Amino acid sequence: MTGKPVPVPTPETQPFWDGCAAGELRLQRCADCGRPYFYPRPVCPACGSRDVVWFTASGRATLYSYVINHRPAPGFEDDAPYAIAVVELDEGPRMMTSIVGLPATPEALELDMPLQVQFERRGDVSLPVFGPLAPAR
Amino acid sequence: MTGTRGVIIAGAAETDRLGRLPDHSTLQLHVEGALNAVADAGLSLRDIDGIATVSAPGPVQVAHALGITPRWIDGTGVGGTSFLLHVRHAAAAIRAGYARTVLITHGESGRSRIGASRYRMETSSPVGQFEVPYGVFGPTTTFTIPVLRYMKEFGLTHEQLAYVAVAQRRWAAKNPRAAYRDPVTVEDVLASRIVAYPFHLLECCLVTDGGGALVVTSAERAGDFPKPAVWVLGTGESSETPMISQMADFTESQAFRLAGRSAFAEARIGTADVDHLMIYDAFAHVPIYGLEALGFCARGEAGPFIADGNTEPGGSLPLNTNGGGLSYTHTGMYGMFAIQEGVRQLRGEAAAQVASPQISVILGNGGMFATAGVLVLGRQPG
Repeated sequence: MTGKPVPVPTPETQPFWDGCAAGELRLQRCADCGRPYFYPRPVCPACGSRDVVWFTASGRATLYSYVINHRPAPGFEDDAPYAIAVVELDEGPRMMTSIVGLPATPEALELDMPLQVQFERRGDVSLPVFGPLAPAR
Repeated sequence: MTGTRGVIIAGAAETDRLGRLPDHSTLQLHVEGALNAVADAGLSLRDIDGIATVSAPGPVQVAHALGITPRWIDGTGVGGTSFLLHVRHAAAAIRAGYARTVLITHGESGRSRIGASRYRMETSSPVGQFEVPYGVFGPTTTFTIPVLRYMKEFGLTHEQLAYVAVAQRRWAAKNPRAAYRDPVTVEDVLASRIVAYPFHLLECCLVTDGGGALVVTSAERAGDFPKPAVWVLGTGESSETPMISQMADFTESQAFRLAGRSAFAEARIGTADVDHLMIYDAFAHVPIYGLEALGFCARGEAGPFIADGNTEPGGSLPLNTNGGGLSYTHTGMYGMFAIQEGVRQLRGEAAAQVASPQISVILGNGGMFATAGVLVLGRQPG
């Protein structure tokens, strides 16, 4: 038990979390207008089509923005200060995430730096987090 | 009489005290604000036939506590801007004849949490699945996330961001009801502890207890009240996203822009017509985003505009003249207090009074750039 909040999937998001468990970042794309999007839902937010399909994203992203939080949320006491980031996936959509494998400092976290998805076990789910492209050995 | 020009704010008041009020429940803060506002309008509770407030404790509870039997109810609860939306909705209801005299109430035991609803961790909503797991902990960790992108795109400096708090403290110094009145410098702000980089404590709003209320009615009755009528000349509302990570562009608020455009168009005014401005300031960057969204500054120029002194006492555009959420009070849903200061300024009864303003604009934020409401208020029918 980490004490950190564990996401509870809904029927519409279950394929996303199944993907994470399999080590894949799965997004949806509209079959009509072609736009990829996040967060998971069975309707295209760009055109309203219900004809949407899942695909496996590259897992590559860039750092769009972040804060370094000094007042930890419950369960995160041992992590503070820690970065809460928003990344822009190579496919276009953005998502919130944690940054791993880099110090939580402004010097280490440069906007637009390339990042790569990893998965962190959290309760019953695997949570997508992002780290440097070539993690230090 | 076009648009909302036929509607006025006839009564406006806050709770007797603001700050730390452990002797008041959330409901009692609503009740006290309501009684003060109804008295300010020279009315009795029997005159009220419409009620609006946010979902907790909700319009049914507030109406019942006051012995009001409403024939019009609005429970719009979209965060701190809700009360601006209530004014807009009340204006429409009054024009439609659904209500004659609407009471809009706010009360929040934000600091003492007396009689307040319990915070529940979301786990299955979109926010619960895709933001909460990353250690977000309230507005300080979410509302704040866009600003580093803004700083990179436009060159906003840490010192300019800090100056927002300095400018507002200068207004607060003139206001005996402001929570913090001692002058601060940019150095003081940057030396205060980091809450969520790049935000320091003095760049984050207060957390207080308090309340306030408004009485809104038809302008046909404008001469019937003890205080000068304040006209509702234009209104706007919009929403963008409940998840900060899904904001379309981290350097601008779409909801602020769209709500502002609607309100300015309805009032048929431009930025040059505005004598007094309130922009919801939960954090120091929000007035920067607001000035640009409303068209007072070009993109990227609001930081230098504030740092050059334009919005502080003696400046060309008086902004957040009560001291704002950063220095006056911030119960959690601050919008009611922004409206109150706009009304006080137009009536000529503000603590830091601007010289005879004719037009005051109020921009309210809900959630983390999630929703927006804008009111254009006037000293005259327009």
